[in-house]
Amino acid sequence: METNSKSPVSNSQFLIPNSLITYTLHLADNALILGHRDSEWCGHGPVLEQDIAITNISLDLIGQARNFYQYAAQLTGENATEDTLAYLRDAREFKNCLLAELPNGDWAVTVLRQFFFSAYQYLLYQQLQHSSDTQLAAIAEKALKEVTYHLRWSSEWVIRLGDGTSQSHQRILNAIEDLWMFTGELFKPADYEMEATSKGFGVNVETLKKDWLQNVKTVFEEATLPVPDENAWMQTGGKTGRHTEHLGFILADMQFLQRTYPGCEW
Amino acid sequence: MVETENINTQAIWKILEDVYDPEVPVLSVIDLGIIRDVAVVNDELDVTITPTYTGCPAMDVISMNIRFALIQNGYKKVNINTILSPAWTTEWMTETGKAKLKAYGIAPPKTMHAVCTPETFQQEEAIQCPLCNSYHTKLISRFGSTACKALYQCEDCKEPFDYFKCH
Ligand SMILES: [Zn+2]
Repeated sequence: METNSKSPVSNSQFLIPNSLITYTLHLADNALILGHRDSEWCGHGPVLEQDIAITNISLDLIGQARNFYQYAAQLTGENATEDTLAYLRDAREFKNCLLAELPNGDWAVTVLRQFFFSAYQYLLYQQLQHSSDTQLAAIAEKALKEVTYHLRWSSEWVIRLGDGTSQSHQRILNAIEDLWMFTGELFKPADYEMEATSKGFGVNVETLKKDWLQNVKTVFEEATLPVPDENAWMQTGGKTGRHTEHLGFILADMQFLQRTYPGCEW
Repeated sequence: MVETENINTQAIWKILEDVYDPEVPVLSVIDLGIIRDVAVVNDELDVTITPTYTGCPAMDVISMNIRFALIQNGYKKVNINTILSPAWTTEWMTETGKAKLKAYGIAPPKTMHAVCTPETFQQEEAIQCPLCNSYHTKLISRFGSTACKALYQCEDCKEPFDYFKCH
């Protein structure tokens, strides 16, 4: 990302109680944080083709994040840029869901997290492309084609591991055990999402849950995996800024340069 | 400097035929179909482009190269706007572009526009090997060296090749 800011921007301006800005930042943060996690596989993938695949997915997600941050910066005004929004906000101001920030774990955790998230994002963007906000609609329309690839790729990996060897089956069972409690948050709207829905520019995520579960069931069935209880206790907080300790480490890594050398450019 | 009131947009399109994609250097921005509009607005030249993929890192370079090409040809007041909707599709690629791709060793997107759906393990369409023209090929990875390409291998000549996938 290019950095145009000559001086760090005070955090206070990001607290503008404008649901459109907050909602856009939420969409951006989800894409950036998961994109960052996926990028950690670069050079470490299990085989070259899959290293390239996960890195391509990362690139798509960071591209989406840039589009949303650029729009949020334009709405925020003053000196906000895509870079100040990505690099100069603190963990409490990030509104990504917890699922996106979880550590990569093994390949099973990474592909299952991608599957859960892409299946959600696919349904979300299908509706968001009809948003009353033309810029959000355009970003979603453009990204939907790419998310379709992500969903298909990750679904195939869940099936391959579930219906693979006893070891791969066990690994993905462990991944389900680890990740399932973080899926509920996707469908539990934060205040700004409810406001976004009532104002017509956002998507009511509660309505996506049925189709998402159906998709999970279809893929898990083919993967010979049990579908966990949809009413199980779910961990929440990320969308309102209450994160796991993992986000702090991501930000320390990602924001170090801009925090240490404000305005530094390549 | 070219006086803006005399700008002939046809001449602009002609100049853009010589601006190439840095990642697939045989394709011009016209071949790719990413130039959506060229217009003269308030004495300035407005060029509207659309990205191929959301995260395509070549877009910034392409945008800069368009500006350079126009400046070199005397057009100083140039605005380059990016639009996302309608989303770019390989259907906008020119026939010339497809022929250039094949000659370069990249299988061009199929004429029958078949886009990705979430269905798993779909029957892959037969993609023609750009080297020996065999249809006896197999998909290695849906994600290739850049966002727009998939990796295939020819079962006859055994060569791996890139396929510019339908999008
Ligand atoms: Zn061949």
